[in-house]
Order: sequence, then structure tokens, then C-alpha cells
Amino acid sequence: MNSPISEDDLHAYADGQLAPAQLTQVEAWLAAHPERRTQVADWRAQSAHLHRVYDRVLDEPVPARLLPAANASRWLDRHKVAAVAWLMLGTVMGYFLRAEIVRDSQPALVATSLSRQAAVAHAVFVPEVRHPVEVGADQEAHLVGWLSKRLGAALKPPKLDEVGYQLVGGRLLPGDKGEVAQFMYENATHNRLTLYVRPNAPNTGDTAFRHAREDGIDVFYWVDGHFGYALSGNTGREDMLRLATLVYQQQTR
Amino acid sequence: MSSRDAIIAEIPRLRRYARALTGRADVADDLVQDTLERALDKWHFWQRERDLRPWLFSIMHNLHVDGRRRESRVEFHDDDDLLLPVQRATQTDALEVRDLERALTLLPLDQREVLLLIGLEEMSYAEVARALKIPQGTVMSRLSRARGRLKAVLAGESTPQLKVVKP
Repeated sequence: MNSPISEDDLHAYADGQLAPAQLTQVEAWLAAHPERRTQVADWRAQSAHLHRVYDRVLDEPVPARLLPAANASRWLDRHKVAAVAWLMLGTVMGYFLRAEIVRDSQPALVATSLSRQAAVAHAVFVPEVRHPVEVGADQEAHLVGWLSKRLGAALKPPKLDEVGYQLVGGRLLPGDKGEVAQFMYENATHNRLTLYVRPNAPNTGDTAFRHAREDGIDVFYWVDGHFGYALSGNTGREDMLRLATLVYQQQTR
Repeated sequence: MSSRDAIIAEIPRLRRYARALTGRADVADDLVQDTLERALDKWHFWQRERDLRPWLFSIMHNLHVDGRRRESRVEFHDDDDLLLPVQRATQTDALEVRDLERALTLLPLDQREVLLLIGLEEMSYAEVARALKIPQGTVMSRLSRARGRLKAVLAGESTPQLKVVKP
């Protein structure tokens, strides 16, 4: 009974919970103890068996009665409605403002459409539970490569770790002049931000920060180089300004 | 938005665990529903540095234990219910499902919980200890007994009082 390897170690090994430092030690010990090796294999087979039988529950549609207090689904609906309303408002505004844009493509108007589109994209995807992004941050290199290729310029999602936001991932969206990218970030309290990046922005030489409040969403937006950027979130103007400044500094570095 | 969405994201896993724990789809969803309601009530007490998942499973554990205490010790299971999750499965799958469900009901609840939280939900030993409010040493001994017992039951030695033979 003076084995250096305990029963607990074997379970931890079977469950992939063993400290890396012990891994080789346990493996070496198991190589010399075939009967315990069989036992570990049995335990793993049991776990696999549980997954085979019960994982299908994960794919079943969740019964409506389980969506907490139904408020949750109402919340989602409210935001989808808001997004659609914005799109419609945009169409109407676009009709009335058409003449002006043609006459003299005013930076303010171009920028307004940037903030509005960013806010709509924010409202649509932030509530998503299962598919908030197309490509997750776990494949960041792929994400960056893909979006850069589609937007035709090198793109780099800013790092917001120092202020507690981690990259969730990104997606490609249709914009009015080609494709746009959206990066999503989330903090420990599941609050989400989105950064909307639009290429081919008219370079007006005006890189000022602008702020818009669109249906409860604060959007800070600016044009820099050939990109228009818009950061959207709902943590309040002050906080969003701080975050937007951070993003701006990284993009211009 | 965060609280509800974060909880909603955990529903599929709560349902999977509850299904395996109770052996019945309707009982399992009742348990999930109670868990979600309790979680939303107590949301403000949730210590945020802790993970949401162990906290939810801990609520479910408490409700399940309370529920069983209240309803005496009726072991659910009739053949109709056993057939429920099998509908879309092939014949081999059906046997596999049925054998495992039956075997799980033959494990004492405390062993079944630990086995499922680790083997199916892939929680760490520390998270399981926290969710069930037991020392980690107890988690390990229950896990060991559960695995021995499950193996014996699936091998056909289904006497509930069966003693686990050490190799």
C-alpha cells in the first residue's frame, strides 16, 4: 500500500484533472500496473457512456416554460423590435436626406449613418445567447485573417483585458458600401460591447470623437484612416468614453 | 441584460443533468424550472467572483434533496417513462439508454450526483465540493464508490446492497 500513486490520482487522471506535473509520474506508474490501467479505461468508458446517452438533451429545444419569467424572451423581442424600428427609421430618413447627401456628402451625415448602423448591429447580436459571433476568440488568428481579407485591409481587434473585457469573437455584416466587421467583447458580469468597423470611410480629415445615444445604447464613433469605427455599449456615457478612448489609442498606435 | 441571459445559457446543461439525475423528462424539467426561479430570486446574493454554473447546480441539488424529502422516498420509474428519450434512437442505443438509466437509479443519490457532475458535466472536483457543500475528500470517496457500483450494476450484479469488490 505504499504506492506513490493514490486512488484519487487515478480518478484525476481519468477525468483529465491531474496537475500537469504529476502526469508523467502517473503514466509511468500505470504502464507498470495493467490492472489499474484497465480500471481507468473503464471509468473513462463510463463517462463516455453518460455522454452518449444524455448529450442529446443539449440539442432538444428548451421548453418555453423554462425561459425564466418569460421576461427574458420579452427582453430579446423588445430589442429585435427596436432594431427593426431603427432600420425602418433609417430608410425613411435616408429618403428625406438623400438630396443633401448627394449635394455635399457631409461628414456629419455619413457619421450618423455609421453610429446608427453600429447601434442596430449591436442591438441585434448582443442578446444572442448561442450565436453571438460567427468566429470565436478561441480562433483569433483565423478571425483576424478572415475579416482582414474580406474588408481588404489589415484589421486588429483591440485588447480590452486591462479594463476587464475579453474578446468574444467577431462576425461579418453587410453594410451600405460593402462589408463591415463587428467584434464583440464581454466582461465578467456578462456585459457586452461591440466594435463596428467599416472600411472605405470617406477620409474627411475629421477624426473627432462623436457621441450618439441610440435607443439606450451609447455609441462613440470616429473616422481614422480608411476605417470608420463605432463602439457601442450600455454602461453609460462616461464609461463608454473611457473604453472608446482606449480603443482609439490602440487603433492609431 | 446579463443576469437572465447568463442563466438562460446554462439551461441545456441543467436539463441534461436533471434528466440523468431524475431519470424522467417531466420531473427533470420541473426541477430545472424551480432551479431557474430560485436562481433569479437569489440573483443578488450571487457572489460574482464565483462561477455561475456550480452555483446553479448547487441550487438544483438543494431543491432536489428537499423535494425527495418531502415526497417520501418514492422511486419514480415505470416502463413508459423509461422509453421516453429513446424514441429517435436506434435499437442498440435504446438498450444502452435503458441499461444506463436503470443502473443510475440503483446508485444512492449522493453517489449519483457526484458521478454525473464529474463524468457528465465535467465539473472540477473543487466545483463539485462547492456545489454540494461537502469536503473534496468526500467527493473523491463518493466518486470511487459510484464508479465501482455502476460497473457492477452494468455487469449484471444488480443487487442494491452489493459490496464493491476491490481489485
